[in-house]
Amino acid sequence: MSAERHVMQGNLTRDRAAEVAAELADLRLTGGELTLDFREVRAIDTAGVAIIAAFVRRARENGTKLAVAGASENVARTLELFPLPNPAVIENLHVDGLLEQFADTLVKVREVGLAYLLLCADIVWFTVQAIITRTVRARDVALQMNYMGSQALGVVGLMSFLIGGVMALQGAAQLRQFGASIFIADLVGVSLTRELGPLITAIMVAGRSGSAVAAEIGTMVITEEIDALRTMGLNPTRFLIVPKTMSITVTQPLLTMFANVIAIFGGFLVAVFYLDIGPAAFFNRLREAVFLKDIITGLVKSVVFANIIVSIGALCGLRTGGGADAVGRSTTSSVVAGIFTVIVADAAFSLLFYFD
Amino acid sequence: MTTTYPLDVRKLIAKYGDRVVLNQIDMRVRKGTIHVILGGSGSGKSTLLKHVVGLKEPAGGEVLLLGTDIAKADEPEYEAVMARVGMLFQAGALLNSLTLHENVALPLIEKTKLPDSVIDDIVRMKLDQVSLLHAAQRFPPELSGGMKKRAALARAMALDPEILFCDEPSAGLDPITAVELDDLLIELRDRFGMTIVVVTHELASIDKIADDVTMLGKGDVLASGPLANVRKLDVPQVRAFFDRIATKSAGGGESVLHALGGSLPGEAQ
Repeated sequence: MSAERHVMQGNLTRDRAAEVAAELADLRLTGGELTLDFREVRAIDTAGVAIIAAFVRRARENGTKLAVAGASENVARTLELFPLPNPAVIENLHVDGLLEQFADTLVKVREVGLAYLLLCADIVWFTVQAIITRTVRARDVALQMNYMGSQALGVVGLMSFLIGGVMALQGAAQLRQFGASIFIADLVGVSLTRELGPLITAIMVAGRSGSAVAAEIGTMVITEEIDALRTMGLNPTRFLIVPKTMSITVTQPLLTMFANVIAIFGGFLVAVFYLDIGPAAFFNRLREAVFLKDIITGLVKSVVFANIIVSIGALCGLRTGGGADAVGRSTTSSVVAGIFTVIVADAAFSLLFYFD
Repeated sequence: MTTTYPLDVRKLIAKYGDRVVLNQIDMRVRKGTIHVILGGSGSGKSTLLKHVVGLKEPAGGEVLLLGTDIAKADEPEYEAVMARVGMLFQAGALLNSLTLHENVALPLIEKTKLPDSVIDDIVRMKLDQVSLLHAAQRFPPELSGGMKKRAALARAMALDPEILFCDEPSAGLDPITAVELDDLLIELRDRFGMTIVVVTHELASIDKIADDVTMLGKGDVLASGPLANVRKLDVPQVRAFFDRIATKSAGGGESVLHALGGSLPGEAQ
């Protein structure tokens, strides 16, 4: 067995990594003894050690016995500092197969569904309790009403005005062909009070207030504020979520009414200035077309939508785990799940109220 | 005569998923003492604390907090027990939407029927006790880490709890503030007979405040009892902790130098 010697050519540093790797790759390992001579090496860093470590592994696989010579104290200490990379120490992350992922999803859906039902039950229980025992957190409710109601007027109003106007324009193009322009009042009035007013308002509020609820509660979970409330003997549902539920239950129907009025006004402007319908004729037709039942069902729907939005926002917030990115995910989930559930509920209402 | 302990942990098992984090933990805290839970990072100290105050449900065993099995208590029972307990979280966990005054007043408003003027006076006294009266109208994000922690302690003390839990009270504090906090804990024990459970790994703090200690290893109890007795134990991990001896836990494999057949100057081959 012959003993060979290789003198490393220069520093073992990150900027020379490719050259060092190539230098070692060119070495023929014969299964005998090989001495690596470090006399020319003045500096070494982690990248250099990693390349040497990879070479050690290759030599061992090949049965070559290594030795070291000429290493300065600095180089020797750096080589001593790092252990050989040991693949067995690293936990092997298990990646689920498709079937496992599907099963996990089903389990998670069941778990989330159950948690949602429990949360809704808690909200109802604590709300009724607060009303009966007259322990409503009036200040918090007022603050939330301001945020969820008053401060949403601008955006809801603008959106409703545009939707009312666009709907009238689209309808006018069709109705004109049949000389039935006056029915624009029916189209705008009925569709908005029954359907679009509550729905559009709910979608706006889900994006605005539902996400805010999820973000606020999610952040409180991350910063242990929810835990702090629990350790003070304060139930977070009663303390945080019930005031929001109470306020949105009041503000949402009001916002919906406001949206209906503004949207109809948008339609009215189109009818008057684009279709040359007289204001009196528009309002007479509107009065004949829209029934009290339409307005009331719209408002009932808005209350249900409001509670869906807050409860889903709260659930997403409470289930936040991890760091700041988890708050972002919870917020997104609250908006997506909130809007989806509102639309499902809307479909159920349509079947309930208007399917003969 | 049977002795009742404000906190009695019996055979507590805690799991995250399938991973056992705490295994058969027994711990008894004597009334009117400062009991320190210590151990290295990842030993399960904070997890133990969360189980003790009912924030996590144990996988086995029981926790008797002020005589109530905390995991089996229903909501009203739990709330009643926690009204007699104070908790100082590692990062303070003050409610960011409330001022310091409102934060400290919160448990008093929610858990007592005291008149507003009395609550206001109590809050002022508690904030003064932690030298934060001047900042009463500030919001938590406007405060430094040390101020937040002191304010959180004022909130934890608001209802004069029978037992106070502190999670790493001096972590991230400058040495002077840390000593002041230690002094305050000692005062609470001596003047009010308060039972205090502190999770920490600050040796200086442990030496200053601890009557009893429970030392955790990797999820189990390495040693428990009066500090002086535990310090004398001839258990390698306990000795390493108190004598600050490094145990090479990271990696621990063969070094690249040795794999090359080399050795450090002066080291036997």
